[in-house]
Amino acid sequence: MSNQVYFEDVQEGQEIPTLRQNCDSQRLVMWAAGSGDFYQIHYDKDFAQGNNLPDRIVHGALKHALLGRLLHEWVGDQGRVKRVACQYRGMDIVEEDVICHGRITKKSQHGGENIMELEVWTENPKGQKTTPGTGVVSLPSRKP
Amino acid sequence: MAEASIITDEMRAIIGKESDPVTVEVDKSAVRMFARAVGYTDLIYYDEQYAKSKGYRSLPVPMGFLGHPIFRPDMPSRPLYVMALKSPYERVLNGGSDIEYYEPICAGDVLTSTAKLVDLSERSGSMGPMLIVTGETTYKNQAGKVVAKFRGTLIQY
Repeated sequence: MSNQVYFEDVQEGQEIPTLRQNCDSQRLVMWAAGSGDFYQIHYDKDFAQGNNLPDRIVHGALKHALLGRLLHEWVGDQGRVKRVACQYRGMDIVEEDVICHGRITKKSQHGGENIMELEVWTENPKGQKTTPGTGVVSLPSRKP
Repeated sequence: MAEASIITDEMRAIIGKESDPVTVEVDKSAVRMFARAVGYTDLIYYDEQYAKSKGYRSLPVPMGFLGHPIFRPDMPSRPLYVMALKSPYERVLNGGSDIEYYEPICAGDVLTSTAKLVDLSERSGSMGPMLIVTGETTYKNQAGKVVAKFRGTLIQY
């Protein structure tokens, strides 16, 4: 990956580039296999509707992982995604885009690391925040 | 809440009790499958030589991946503390996840996880009464070092 971001280049309050991922049924099946979560509400429409859901819903843990990817793609090769925490407040429905956002809340240095704390969240195509959370990453410094 | 609590002393007694250790394998194919499902294009999760050129021992795990417990058809797939809870509710939703890595985990690592129930609470929501189950799983690597923690909330209703 190119365009490495450095600790000195970013400010508190700054938003990071968004990540948009469509979550079609194939992706939900891939996630089921990759994660080992085979709960049928995520890939069996009849089963989901039988559980009072409008349709198959996106796995919460997939949205957590997408927030991780959002941060990974921002911090680049020399950064590290250390922590992601989020709450599954709203359901995201199959075939819809999940749009991931992040905003820097705190810059600090400790233990020789350049730490950034962020507010992260996902939105659905209607702009509703369905998965609020927080993230912690480390970034490289321009100083040797 | 006006209604009687469904949390019994028996359920509360499980809080804080550490589970038996579970062996978790982290292998290359599983890392690739997880990364692919999340839509990663960074070759660090797919090409071992490339990952090594970036300073990793092998493919590192993407955020969220904590290996797979060794599957056995004679063992439950849910954490034992959830199995032990005699909840009156049958339906489950995932309430939230919090994953923190203290050290990079890479393919080839064999982790040991222990899980415990950390909290039980009740709430009434749009779906009726709910039991909120908060658990924590700690992962140690083959050198005995704590490498990650997972905190998860399940909503039973």
